[in-house]
Amino acid sequence: MADETIPRRRFLTGAAVAGAGLAAPAAAQTAAQTATPAPSAPEPPAYTTLSANEAAFFTAAADTFIPADELTPRGSDLGIVVFIDRQLGGAWGGGAKYYRGGPFPKGKPEQGPQSHLTPREMFAAGVDAVNAWTQKTYQKDFDRLDAAQRDTVLKALEAGKADLAGADPRTFFESLYQIVMEGFFADPIHGGNKGKASWAMLGFPGLPALYADKIDKWRGKAYVVPPLSIQDFS
Amino acid sequence: MVTKLKEVDAVMVGMGWTGSIMARELTKAGLNVVGLERGGDMKPSENFALPGIRDELRFSARLDMIQDASRETLTFRHRPSEHALPMRRMGSFLPGDGVGGAANHWGGQHWRYLPSDHILKTHLTNRYGAKAVPDDMTIADWSMTYDELEPFYDRFDKLCGVSGKAGNLRGQKIEGGNVFEGARASDYPTPPLKRSLSGDMFAKAAGELGYHPFPQPVSNASRPYTNSEGLTLGACQYCGFCERAGCEANAKAGPLVCVVPKLRADPKFELRTRAWVSRLIYDKPGKKVTGVLYTDTRTGEEYEQPAGLVVLSAYVFGNVGLMLYSGIGEPYDPSTGRGTVGKNYCYQLSRMGINFFFEDKDFNPFMGSPGMAMLIDDFNGDNFDHSGLGFLGGVKMSCGSGTGSPIGYHPVPPGTPRWGSEWKRATKKWYQHAANISIGGSNYANRNNFLDLDPTYKDALGRPLLRLTYNFVENDYKLVEYCIGKAEQVARAMKPTILGNPRVRRGDYDIVPYQSTHNTGGTIMGANPKESVVNRYLQSWDADNLFVMGASTFPQQTAYNPTGPVGALAYWAAEAITKQYLKSPGALVKA
Ligand SMILES: Cc1cc2nc3c(=O)[nH]c(=O)nc-3n(C[C@H](O)[C@H](O)[C@H](O)COP(=O)(O)OP(=O)(O)OC[C@H]3O[C@@H](n4cnc5c(N)ncnc54)[C@H](O)[C@@H]3O)c2cc1C
Repeated sequence: MADETIPRRRFLTGAAVAGAGLAAPAAAQTAAQTATPAPSAPEPPAYTTLSANEAAFFTAAADTFIPADELTPRGSDLGIVVFIDRQLGGAWGGGAKYYRGGPFPKGKPEQGPQSHLTPREMFAAGVDAVNAWTQKTYQKDFDRLDAAQRDTVLKALEAGKADLAGADPRTFFESLYQIVMEGFFADPIHGGNKGKASWAMLGFPGLPALYADKIDKWRGKAYVVPPLSIQDFS
Repeated sequence: MVTKLKEVDAVMVGMGWTGSIMARELTKAGLNVVGLERGGDMKPSENFALPGIRDELRFSARLDMIQDASRETLTFRHRPSEHALPMRRMGSFLPGDGVGGAANHWGGQHWRYLPSDHILKTHLTNRYGAKAVPDDMTIADWSMTYDELEPFYDRFDKLCGVSGKAGNLRGQKIEGGNVFEGARASDYPTPPLKRSLSGDMFAKAAGELGYHPFPQPVSNASRPYTNSEGLTLGACQYCGFCERAGCEANAKAGPLVCVVPKLRADPKFELRTRAWVSRLIYDKPGKKVTGVLYTDTRTGEEYEQPAGLVVLSAYVFGNVGLMLYSGIGEPYDPSTGRGTVGKNYCYQLSRMGINFFFEDKDFNPFMGSPGMAMLIDDFNGDNFDHSGLGFLGGVKMSCGSGTGSPIGYHPVPPGTPRWGSEWKRATKKWYQHAANISIGGSNYANRNNFLDLDPTYKDALGRPLLRLTYNFVENDYKLVEYCIGKAEQVARAMKPTILGNPRVRRGDYDIVPYQSTHNTGGTIMGANPKESVVNRYLQSWDADNLFVMGASTFPQQTAYNPTGPVGALAYWAAEAITKQYLKSPGALVKA
């Protein structure tokens, strides 16, 4: 299958380099000397908080939500997994601005999330639970499934039709969907949306967004320019 | 150990719109004023600068400028019989934190309430009879008429440089402005913002249906404007990033642009940030407050600040919480209807509407501002006959452009998958070609919607969290059904290629998705202490030297955004203090 990837292997290559400890710089140097950088084979990303399993899972999820096509490269090549890693490893992932006082009874959906977990912990638990479920149903982790199977699994989560050992599959699905979409659409300064690919796709110009002199001129005509991001002005 | 500081003339609890205006008016009257603000200091030149201010993830998704729920939030349940649980992440509403308050990241839609809104109960019973208002709808008149408040609306307009077009100048109706608005003494300080294609298409269709379209009045100066304080606002750049972030052009009015620079230069004023007020010190027999207690959140040190006058300007939740923590007034009890503090909490029925898609039109959705819209008020308040409709109140209906940032905005027609290549193609195909009519509805008080203290959950200072008991009621659902039908009528008249599904709020109130930060009530104004917390000058019935600012004093909520009257009331109360109270301190209204 053309669009089936082996994300875990890609990740493990990177991990092997990092795992070489003190030897890593030398190994990396050799790699840098021998490998000619080609757009099709980017450097394996390094992560601050994601485990190998998690990185493989998010890669598979990002590539299912955002497949490569005539509009953009696939999600992982847009840096969405790097984005997720930074978000989960940063203040937000650690529960910043999230009230964590107990007790934690289960509420109604309209009362909002009642988990005592931080986003980082919630995603860790969710990835494990989804993998446990796909192991039961397909005898494989989520990232080892082919594209059609991954799509089916995501739809089952979305519909609440997966058994995540007590956790609500819909809540996990919506969080996963949201963070992938954020990685796709956010300013590239956060690690995703490489090359401003999603902005170019939509026709969103990004920065500086000073339109006082353009709004009348472009009335009724699409204002399309190569998008600019925060980095372009820094 | 609490460090007791030297007494000052007046203390502001919170330095948003109301605290800043009040501090300015009181220092002008010669008082020494201290402004206490729980959040940090903010300066537009540092905090709202390009390019970093254009970061949708940081400001819109991660809520950089919003109250920190890990320290202070509220609990929520639908009805008194249920268990309330904490709102662990800010969602439905997004109060501010830091000097400038929520106006640093507000949208700036700037309204005056309708003359009939000011005398709501009297108006409705006069028009529809004494039985028209259901028993559990605990609405009340405001304590001043529109005409009485008009000079203060006018002052606030001129502080903000509001852009717009008058529809009623000294009683003269003007086509193209809002013909339903109350008589204005003067036109808007700056002309209306530029118009969007979608807004004009809406206005044309609505006009042909016999309605009365007009441009949104908005606190985005349409050209450079020197305000009533001699401070200069820049011209709106139509960047589309207003909401949840600051304005780098200084065109969006807010305390930081319109008032605070004057206070910073005034030796009579002292700003203390990271000063979190935990309670007021209440002398019940003396019917006064003697000062406030606050914690410096950098050091954890606690201070007592004695003051001759205390102004509560801590937004709706801060105001109600501090009244309850300090034991001022009687907490409201819905089972008996007794007590007043926490009563008549109201909200809004927001972010409803209908999307539509035009194959052959390009809208440039990223150009504009939340206030660049055309509206009709034909279904607002009591501007239409409610006989036989089974509900009271109404909606403002608008269509415009200026919230095109892609995390939040990538509309697709109904039936599109949520991901994959087909979804991507649809986002690309429709991004330029979509627009929507949005409606926001009034929310009249109900006996069972109120605020009190939670028995279980605590904030970072160890105080009980405020508890919100709130749900939509029959009146709200009927209002929404009726008005969404009207929105759909206009949308159809615009002849879109594809009409989306109407988005309405049905079922129980959900505290998760953002709706609006237009919370009202809890310390309402009124004619007597049995039914209200403050008198017509926003002076506490229970402490003569305590004044309560903001939308917590509204008896119920209209479909309009609240800040126009919030600012007007601050000037109104300031005048009562400086012209009456300071001359002879005591109750300004006999109970
Ligand atoms: C996203 C958004 C969009 C909005 N759009 C509009 C709009 O388009 N039109 C409109 O009319 N209104 C709008 N509003 C509402 C508007 O911002 C508020 O009505 C207005 O800012 C209220 O002014 P205030 O002085 O009452 O409170 P605030 O501006 O909220 O100021 C209160 C201040 O008190 C501080 N404080 C609270 N508790 C304490 C304490 N215990 N000790 C010390 N300090 C404390 C807070 O940190 C804050 O700075 C919007 C709000 C938001 C969040």
